[in-house]
Amino acid sequence: MTKSRQSYISSLGIDGRLLGMIGALLALWIMFDFFTGGRFITPRNLFNLSVQTASVAVMATGMVFVIVTRNIDLSVGSLLGFIGMMMGAFQVHFLPDLVGGGHWSIWMITCVFGIVLGGAIGSFQGWVIGYLTVPAFIVTLGGFLVWRGGAWWVTSGQTVAPLDTVFKLLGGGVEGTLGETMSWVLGALATIAALCLLFLSRKRKKAHGFLVKPFWAEISVAAIIGTVIIGYAAFMNAYPVPARAAKRIYESKGMEVPADGSTLVYGIAIPVVILLVVAFFMTFTAKRTKFGRYVFATGGNPEAAELSGINTKMLTVKIFALMGALTAVAAIIASARLGSADNNLGNLDELRVIAAAVIGGTALTGGFGTIHGAILGALIMQSLQSGMAMVGVDAPLQSIVVGVVLMLAVYVDIVYRRRAGL
Amino acid sequence: MENQTPLVEMRDMQLAFGGIKAVDHVSIDLNAGEVVGLLGHNGAGKSTLIKMLSGAYQSDGGEILVSGEVAEINNPRDARSYNIETIYQTLALADNLDAGSNLFLGRELLTPMGFVDDDAMEAETRKIMSRLNPNFQKFSAPVSALSGGQRQSVAIARAVYFNAKILIMDEPTAALGPQETQMVAELIQKLKADGIGIFLISHDIQDVMDLCDRVSVMKNGKLVGTERVEDVTDDDILAMIILGKNPTKEPS
Repeated sequence: MTKSRQSYISSLGIDGRLLGMIGALLALWIMFDFFTGGRFITPRNLFNLSVQTASVAVMATGMVFVIVTRNIDLSVGSLLGFIGMMMGAFQVHFLPDLVGGGHWSIWMITCVFGIVLGGAIGSFQGWVIGYLTVPAFIVTLGGFLVWRGGAWWVTSGQTVAPLDTVFKLLGGGVEGTLGETMSWVLGALATIAALCLLFLSRKRKKAHGFLVKPFWAEISVAAIIGTVIIGYAAFMNAYPVPARAAKRIYESKGMEVPADGSTLVYGIAIPVVILLVVAFFMTFTAKRTKFGRYVFATGGNPEAAELSGINTKMLTVKIFALMGALTAVAAIIASARLGSADNNLGNLDELRVIAAAVIGGTALTGGFGTIHGAILGALIMQSLQSGMAMVGVDAPLQSIVVGVVLMLAVYVDIVYRRRAGL
Repeated sequence: MENQTPLVEMRDMQLAFGGIKAVDHVSIDLNAGEVVGLLGHNGAGKSTLIKMLSGAYQSDGGEILVSGEVAEINNPRDARSYNIETIYQTLALADNLDAGSNLFLGRELLTPMGFVDDDAMEAETRKIMSRLNPNFQKFSAPVSALSGGQRQSVAIARAVYFNAKILIMDEPTAALGPQETQMVAELIQKLKADGIGIFLISHDIQDVMDLCDRVSVMKNGKLVGTERVEDVTDDDILAMIILGKNPTKEPS
């Protein structure tokens, strides 16, 4: 009995964990939907949920690499605040003098500036960890204090507002979405891309004469992926823009408000598009590049990695540089969403990011973790928090529940690993 | 045999940790198609000596010659470029990765676009495993799920696959059962016949007497001596290891 169950779990492999997480997420959603009287699983709420998740999820993908190599980064929340303030001051106080106020290039230059700054700060922290061998916990605990203080110093604590109008679209407000047509196009393209990848991989494996999944299994996986992507696009396209905002948008484009009562819809939010791009990039990096392979090898056995000729010090620098750059991307989303940059930006985010990665199956002992797991982890955390807020759970109880769920998730993960013999 | 250039010469090697001389002016050499055993107690310095050859440690002094030419070995990558491969006692496997990823670690096969080609690596791993260990089947499981013998064959495959000329084996049979030990012994004979030079580090005098052509004994970081296996008895070797005493030879 035990044996058959064990082989069942191990034959499911990594998919077993993924299925469990998706199951947990759906259970949460259905429960909250029930307790809020059907207000949770609505286009409006899922739109907000996906936008709220994006910033933490982007950082969680980077945190996977950090934790897989047995490091930790406690500085990401403060760093998000610092980079957010720097980008705010840069686009409001500096760039307009250079290129002229409201210039079309402001948002792009600001983003590049932020990402380069994040990469540079991350590299520096990685260099201290890798080459000076100061433990990551200490370096990033220092960074946690330094960058929060730095964020205050940028403008002596003053909030920077309003941010550039195009920049603000990256935060996903009423206009910061793809709109109806583009959402359908993106959904279709993403589905086609996913199917192509699935079948190319199958073809490659067959060409080498390896065992492949039965064809019906492949078809079902493809069908599920397609349904989720198209379903999400359809759901977002079912979220109508409020009449007054729609009128403003039509007028700004010099168009007449349609007389037949049809109205604009939100569609997929731009922060979600950014998250999708980051997720694809990070998954590809983890699975198909030497760098990704070395990250996991070093996490599994640092000594073996070094004996294989891997420069683990330089690897640490690169991992933290990547984490810094992703923190900048998250800072773009978070400050654009607020429409301003203030000192509080990213406060406590380091804990949300670490929790998301860990709930998503990243082991603090190193060597194990997935990008999609971390993103799901972020989504579960955010669902839990906004769900409880909607139900009307007291704030102190909310944090108690989140804390207990975190511990429970890691315990379940440990049991899963033990059963799977990993 | 005597007048040919040795495959490897380590001359006057020195390395100290803190004030302790782990390797103290030691010279050894190795010819093509030869197995040289390195014997000594724990802490005698044999692993330290050999890690200077494999690039894991950098020497404080002395020089390494490969095929008569001075070799600059500062890291494992350098050692690999001289076709020096090492099978470590700990096996040095990343437990979370599968056999193919471990076999090619640091030397991944890439697609024309420059990305890691897992399928090609698995195909190559299947090929070499069918020669080394035909029973090996778990190609997609992490190596933590493998038995001691299977893990050992992954570590051996890694050394053999890349056309090693010089092979270092650090206690290759320490964790193995009798059948798997036999497998390793047969492999050593096969590699030797292919002209590969092998340094075999071992605790087991019997192993060394069976498999090696010559044996070098170390004690307290110093070389006691190097003898041809057929010239000495087990007791002579034991005396070298324990007492640090060279066997008394008839003047020739």
